[in-house]
Amino acid sequence: MEEIIKKEYETLVKYYEASGGNSGALLSTEYASMIINGDRVLAKNSTRGIKIITRRIKDGVSAQIVIKRGYKSKNPVHLCFGMLPREGRQVIRTKIIAEESSEAKFIAHCIFPNAVKIEHVMDSRVFVGKNAKVEYEETHYHGKTGGVRVLPKTRAIVAEGGEYNSSFVIKSGRAGFINIDYEVKLDERAKSMLVSKIYGKEDDEIIAKESIILNGPHSSGVVKTRMALKNNAKSKVIGKTIGIGEYSRGHVDCTEIIMDNAKAEASPVVMAVNPRAKVTHEAAIGSVDKKQLITLMTRGLTEEQAIDIIVQGLLK
Amino acid sequence: MLEIRDLTVMRDGKPIVKNINLTIGKREVHIILGINGSGKTTLAHAIMGIYPSQGKIIFEGEDITNLPIWERARRGITLAFQEPARFEGLTVKEYLMLSSPEKNMSVLKEAVKTVGLPYNILFQEIGDNLSGGERKRIELASVLLMKPKLAILDEPDSGIDILSFSLISDVILKMKEMGSSVILITHSEEMINIGDKATIICGGKIVKSGDSKEIKKLFKYSPCPLKG
Repeated sequence: MEEIIKKEYETLVKYYEASGGNSGALLSTEYASMIINGDRVLAKNSTRGIKIITRRIKDGVSAQIVIKRGYKSKNPVHLCFGMLPREGRQVIRTKIIAEESSEAKFIAHCIFPNAVKIEHVMDSRVFVGKNAKVEYEETHYHGKTGGVRVLPKTRAIVAEGGEYNSSFVIKSGRAGFINIDYEVKLDERAKSMLVSKIYGKEDDEIIAKESIILNGPHSSGVVKTRMALKNNAKSKVIGKTIGIGEYSRGHVDCTEIIMDNAKAEASPVVMAVNPRAKVTHEAAIGSVDKKQLITLMTRGLTEEQAIDIIVQGLLK
Repeated sequence: MLEIRDLTVMRDGKPIVKNINLTIGKREVHIILGINGSGKTTLAHAIMGIYPSQGKIIFEGEDITNLPIWERARRGITLAFQEPARFEGLTVKEYLMLSSPEKNMSVLKEAVKTVGLPYNILFQEIGDNLSGGERKRIELASVLLMKPKLAILDEPDSGIDILSFSLISDVILKMKEMGSSVILITHSEEMINIGDKATIICGGKIVKSGDSKEIKKLFKYSPCPLKG
């Protein structure tokens, strides 16, 4: 049994590194970290200020991560969620609690390199305490077949003066089916930025619904979406911000590049129920910018190379 | 170096450039003058392959009329746009690396210094954070780094403060020194002075070609003689 776990661990770490993860940090005791394959925790490490508790649940793992009051983590928390088999279902339930005046950055990699028919359900609850800050960077690698259904859901509450920023990125491989459902509620002077950057190919389908509710006075939030779609890929983006608190500021910003037979739909929703709140939006869907394309071609790049540079820039 | 024979460029069914014949020599700075809408930019874009054209474009003895933009670029022709593009997510360093055969930082630092920009601009994104003037200088640095055989510069001096004119002139003269020929589209008298030859275009046709000093005088008093 131990031999199997060791092998899974080594394989996952190899993919983790290949998808841009820092395997050195994953193996170091100075970093809080957690590696999960399917429903098994292969390794985890808590540190002085960050405590990780896990338990097995049906098809997955439930984890609670607490950043202690006043603790500002110099090192990011490294998380690796993966499934090595070709088929299966993984459910990850996380509860992140950043206590008052604490700070932590999470670098999460979700890796399904051999996926043919995999469902990954991520259900996250985030509580950011007064004047605390949490950054959550999530990079996915879904393999090359597109046989992945990813259902990430986050509900975050940010207390007075707190900050919660998250990013969801897929730049290489197939996206498969993705249904992002994020909602952040902000208290007084709290801030949030939700970013998703996804490259859809073949028959990938991406739904991104991200909302920031500006409850508190002087709270502010930005929902930013960047997508590039080619072949027959489809996307539906709903970025939403609601200004409730006095002098709250919200902005929804969506840019999508479509190529071939791809289809994109963007619906920025801005609502204000307070006359002193201000919410704005911008959305643009179109083909690759011709001027950018021509400029790069005048430097000797072929059309394909130029498109690649433009798309990678958009998703950076 | 470059020979343009009977070049006509149609846009939306109308001829914008009509039967142009022009020769650019090696290490020649050739100024293209003309009032707005005279066809200068269209001519520049046709040479680069951005617009299709009728007639012939011969570059170093090879007919390049039907070559795509990138193949012309790989043969040594490049163009700096009047309004350079913005690139979300691309830093100045990454952009300049694309044009530099030597992929090294010291060469990039030298290039931005030559166009009067600070070193730390290399780490900025080419977006709205940069002014139009800065983006034009970056475009110039990018062309300089390519060490092209023929650089087409479309109004590199527009939207740039007068003090920077001499800096741009120096960059163009440096290109010439390096062995490049330059086609320079400009309205500025100061820039005309650095030209070896000049051509006035009006209504898509060449009105006069010759020594730049003489053409400058003519252009000053009669910028578009065809219009009367």
